[in-house]
Amino acid sequence: MTFAAEALAAALILVGGAFLLLGSAALAKLRDPLRRLHAPTLAVTVGLGAILIASMLEAGIVRADPSWHELAIVLFLFLTAPVSAQMIAKVHLMEIDPATLPPPREGGPWASHAPDDEGEPERGG
Amino acid sequence: MIARLLPHPLLSLAVAAFWIVLENRLSAGTVLLGAVLGIALPLATRAWWPDRPRLAGLPGLAAYALIVLWDILVSAAEVAWLVLTRPEAELKSRFVTVPLAVTAPEAIALLASTITMTPGTLSADLSADGRSLLVHVFHTDDPDATVAAIKARYERRLLEIFP
Repeated sequence: MTFAAEALAAALILVGGAFLLLGSAALAKLRDPLRRLHAPTLAVTVGLGAILIASMLEAGIVRADPSWHELAIVLFLFLTAPVSAQMIAKVHLMEIDPATLPPPREGGPWASHAPDDEGEPERGG
Repeated sequence: MIARLLPHPLLSLAVAAFWIVLENRLSAGTVLLGAVLGIALPLATRAWWPDRPRLAGLPGLAAYALIVLWDILVSAAEVAWLVLTRPEAELKSRFVTVPLAVTAPEAIALLASTITMTPGTLSADLSADGRSLLVHVFHTDDPDATVAAIKARYERRLLEIFP
């Protein structure tokens, strides 16, 4: 049982490490800013996920001292990663011509290009 | 009485459970302090949570989480393969509009987060009227099929969870 858990944890660390490396490599390889945003998703989900599962296996079965902190880490990653990704995407949207985007179903602007309460476009220019 | 003490029962439960997870052990002390926090924090922050989201099914939410986890694995493998094998010039990245049927803010936030956390798609913006989502797709040969898949796989289930 302990050996199986250790072997599984080792395999998960290798998989997680591979995805973390791949996420970083993709960040270096890709040039388009929005394409580059897809790279960290790989690292955050599968890369960190596999390593955190390995950590729980190691603590719970190998050391017989169960740890639940990894669940909290996953929860906060899933709460915060989409927000930071959206912020970066929004900055990019500010810099491109709104006409190059597909329009919303019922017309009107996307929120980033909509006038704010004072009637000014959000980008302030 | 109960409703005044627990304006958001699920939030209270989540805070208490989270406290026990942080303490890393289940004992009378952690449960007690978790319960105190679970009652006190929602009460103290009640002004910022005027509405309670209508949740129609926690089993549906659990099934949704499992489906999303599975999709993350599958699409992570796909994106990893694309990154490793395709030169950047051959990637067909583009924006697509996902028309929304869900209207609950919680459901839209959950859908947008799901799209972002699934490798290969990224929600970039919401329309000003809140009825369309701007999604960037890493690589697709058939953008309409991508939109249809998002709607059929995630949005349909969210509609059932947040009626």
